[in-house]
Amino acid sequence: MPAENQEIQDQPWLDPDAEPFIQIKGVTKQFGDFVAVSSVDLEIFKGELFCLLGGSGCGKSTLLRMLAGFETPTAGSIFIDGVEMGEVPPYERPVNMMFQSYALFPHMDVEKNVAYGLKRDGIDKEEIRLRVAEMLEMVELTDFRKRKPHQLSGGQRQRVALARALVKQPKVLLLDEPLAALDKRLRERTQFELMNIQDRLGVTFVVVTHDQEEAMTLSTRIAVMDVGKFVQIGTPTEIYEYPDNRMVADFIGSINMFEGRVTENGADHIRVRSAEADSEFFIDRGLSIKEGTKVWVAVRPEKIRVSKSSPDNTDENWLRGKVEEIGYLGSLSTYRVRLENGKIVDVTVSNQIRPKDGRHVVYWEDEVYLNWDAGSPVVLTK
Amino acid sequence: MAPLTKALDSGEGLGSYQQILVRVQHLLQAKWKTVLVVLPFFWLLLFFLAPFFIILKISVAEPLIASPPFSPLFEWTKDGAMTIRIIFDNYAYLWEDELYANTYISSLKISVISTLLCLLIGYPMAYAIVRASPTAKNILLLMVILPFWTSFLLRVYAWMGLLADQGLINDLLIWLGFIDSPVRLMYSHFAVYVGIVYTYVPFMILPLYANMEKLDLTLHEAAADLGAKPATTFLTVTLPMTWPGIAAGSLLVFIPATGEFIIPDLLGGGNVSMIGRVLFNEFHANHDWPVASAVAIALLILLVVPMMLYQRVQAKETEGS
Repeated sequence: MPAENQEIQDQPWLDPDAEPFIQIKGVTKQFGDFVAVSSVDLEIFKGELFCLLGGSGCGKSTLLRMLAGFETPTAGSIFIDGVEMGEVPPYERPVNMMFQSYALFPHMDVEKNVAYGLKRDGIDKEEIRLRVAEMLEMVELTDFRKRKPHQLSGGQRQRVALARALVKQPKVLLLDEPLAALDKRLRERTQFELMNIQDRLGVTFVVVTHDQEEAMTLSTRIAVMDVGKFVQIGTPTEIYEYPDNRMVADFIGSINMFEGRVTENGADHIRVRSAEADSEFFIDRGLSIKEGTKVWVAVRPEKIRVSKSSPDNTDENWLRGKVEEIGYLGSLSTYRVRLENGKIVDVTVSNQIRPKDGRHVVYWEDEVYLNWDAGSPVVLTK
Repeated sequence: MAPLTKALDSGEGLGSYQQILVRVQHLLQAKWKTVLVVLPFFWLLLFFLAPFFIILKISVAEPLIASPPFSPLFEWTKDGAMTIRIIFDNYAYLWEDELYANTYISSLKISVISTLLCLLIGYPMAYAIVRASPTAKNILLLMVILPFWTSFLLRVYAWMGLLADQGLINDLLIWLGFIDSPVRLMYSHFAVYVGIVYTYVPFMILPLYANMEKLDLTLHEAAADLGAKPATTFLTVTLPMTWPGIAAGSLLVFIPATGEFIIPDLLGGGNVSMIGRVLFNEFHANHDWPVASAVAIALLILLVVPMMLYQRVQAKETEGS
């Protein structure tokens, strides 16, 4: 019972009685003839770190700008904390935004930038001073408070932008590609800082990003967007392990996809014959797909094992090919294996064993066998 | 094999020969660059400094009824010694006669008010141009520059036609029934303000436009997001960030407007006293070149202060970006 409670608390979207904090109902945004966002519905709960993920032009930024109030929906409505936002201008919304370009005021020093929002609220000077000092302490910029934005590094500017948005204690913090402008190392560090801050303050974060890795590490839930619509909404695990369709499977991480037809549909398993793989797939889950239906069997590269001997027990769930390329990444190696019919299969193997004499067991031009567990593949119908 | 051919064969000699060629080329290029930079500067220096020193020399001379109508700076006495005669009477005269001080003040007042009017008109115009669509932007900018395609003098004469008692504006007002008899528009401060503002407003718009073009519009969104109403955003973000443009435009209007001669002469007549007219009268009507030169030098000194301010603002701006 307590375990279940904890689960509901961590995942409020599972609780049918939970009141969503942000409600997006049938929202459409058109620019002339171009439909940027097309009739989307979404519920985001208090304390979530929600990611809108998609390629450029998918409508994720437009949706974020509608939450901030910079764009008005062509149709539909947005509620934040139970209040219809409708025509509420940006300066009266209980949200703050961290801009992709940070949009720091170049003529003000760090302290004034952070204090800007508080001054607009007519808070007295002493309190502003205290809250700004506290916020600068949190983002570790106390020593830089008298610097102008152009005297700061990219990472420091990002922290000023974060402090400036958070100091107003918004109900929702909107972040537009918060880490895009940082180099890889700084990005990783900042990612965890963001999560820490979000956890500590309990503010609801809505993050827009095109970087699937960033979305995976940061978020409680992800909405994958494509041409103005959500293609799947779910936790990072759901999105990665149980993609709804080929677009999501392909967009998140890499995946090997084999087209085929269902040949057998049992209560606890299905069989798929794939001409593309020239093989038979056995999946140990019952799925309500009619025999003869065209499907795609998708297997993630890390779920495939590579061996030099053929699996002896069965002629299902294995493929044979030749190693065409090896990408050695240190912790991992990726193999591109060409099947006899020419199809390329990507395999990722974690390098658990140190190779003897610097030579890996599987090498270029080696004849290899690929196999996987019957539970690993995903069967997609669209 | 001779060493030279050997070197040529191996390509070494050829290499160094080419290197020399390249070096000579560079040297020539560098020289040309220097020439290209120095020449215009020399030109400006010659044709700014030479007249300046001539005027300065005349301003410390004595008026004579002769040709030229002033005493020479150097004179040879009978025993062959050279004397230099510098008198400050002309400057003292400017100081003593209230006419000059009053005219300077009047000129400054007219150019300050004109500058403010230009700013008031030009600022929203520049802002609108920056915000316009790319096609509209080009057309609007062209319209700002278009007046320069006609002679300045012609445009002032056109204004005389518009503002005259039997002019277009009066005719229109009578025809519309707002007035019964013509209103005096010409030869007034009003006419001078109209002329100066009309002439100089492009000089305000263009630097403002150049400055505003660089303005990042997401800063406005950021201000709104942080709770600033549009008016507050303007005062706390737009205005401080366009300050360099305001300064540049204002000085480009203020400096030439102060010394303006044609507009007060043609549109203001005898009713508007500006230093340009006084200067013209001293030269032509009074034929008193030394006093006229002193008036010019005094005006220059009066304008050097704002020019230096402008330089400082510019230096600051380049430093900031």
